[in-house]
Amino acid sequence: MKVSENDLQAFVDDLLAPERRAEIEAHLARDADAADRVAAYQDQNAQLRAHFNPVLDEPIPQRLTMLAPRRGFARFAVAASWLVFGVAIGWIANFLVADEPMRAVTLARSAAIAHAVYSPEVRHPVEVGADQHEHLVRWLSKRLGAKLRPPLLTDSGYELVGGRLLPGDRGAVAQFMYEDPKGRRLTLYVSRMNVSQGDTAFRFSRENGVSVFYWVDGALGYALSGNMPKQDLLGVATAVYKQLNP
Amino acid sequence: MDQVTLTPHIPRLRRYARALVRDRYAADDLVQDTLERAINKFHLWRPGSDLRAWLFAIMHNVHVNQVRSRAARPEASLDDGDLLPQPVTDTDRLEIRDMQSAIATLPIEQREVILLIALKQLSYAEVSKALGIPMGTVMSRLFRARERLRAQLAGVTSQSNLKLVR
Repeated sequence: MKVSENDLQAFVDDLLAPERRAEIEAHLARDADAADRVAAYQDQNAQLRAHFNPVLDEPIPQRLTMLAPRRGFARFAVAASWLVFGVAIGWIANFLVADEPMRAVTLARSAAIAHAVYSPEVRHPVEVGADQHEHLVRWLSKRLGAKLRPPLLTDSGYELVGGRLLPGDRGAVAQFMYEDPKGRRLTLYVSRMNVSQGDTAFRFSRENGVSVFYWVDGALGYALSGNMPKQDLLGVATAVYKQLNP
Repeated sequence: MDQVTLTPHIPRLRRYARALVRDRYAADDLVQDTLERAINKFHLWRPGSDLRAWLFAIMHNVHVNQVRSRAARPEASLDDGDLLPQPVTDTDRLEIRDMQSAIATLPIEQREVILLIALKQLSYAEVSKALGIPMGTVMSRLFRARERLRAQLAGVTSQSNLKLVR
């Protein structure tokens, strides 16, 4: 009986027919070295399964089950509904004087609301902390489909606390939170924008007591919010703007 | 093609990805990229063929591309501790306490093969197809991976609770 290395591997993986399996067993009974090796390989399989099989029982993260089809009917349907919606908006827009870029104003308002909701949060201000900086940036970049870089505001006295993902009217929105030693918080809201709208210069808005500096740069809109007077926020906002628009 | 079709395969894809790249977030990123690609390329799937094997083939391609692009742009690499096999030194050998660290020291091509087989994901023939390599290469990579793990885990397994089966 000839026993090949492949036979031994297949024996380890339990892929042999019973007859062949018995022959290999007989061979192993005579060859102590081969038997040692096979035992070690079986042990590896057992350890690998013991180590990684628990993943099978973990709940599946929502981001993996919520992927929408991008091709075929669903995509067509989505495109068609946007088309109808777009036509309607275009028609309505004729009646509006669109001097002020609507979207950018919405950006400031949404950012201020998100700031008001999350900045007072004591226990869960962010979803992913700054201690997991790389994961935070990679995750939010991936969800927004753009490379994000939370600015470094140490010179302005603020440290990154972390970030979270929020729903926006154009899909995923990222919110980065910063804090100074006194516990004052700033949030930087980053949203995808309609590219055709064009860039928007550095603007200021005050929304229900929240100061917001905002601007649009290509596909991304940024809004820095804080519960403080305009003058206090201006310095940090300038630092953020300079870092993001070098 | 809908999510319902793919959902039953997600746990196994996640298990493999976790073993392949260690970091759980990076692993789920890999699964997400794989699923997105599968959804977009679904017209390329031949009905009647094994969807599971097809998904693992996609994951392999996505992973290889990621490894390549990160290697080409080192400044963009975020977590490449698991991308390159680390040379095993005597000190490392002492550090290797468990299978997870041991598996991470394998070259990627060996790691893929042993994980796909040991975790009972695919048969030898399916691995050959999914990775696009001949059967002989599958077998030799499997052999080399197992020998390398055996060398690394020697001394650890003998103290473990797992009894060697004679």
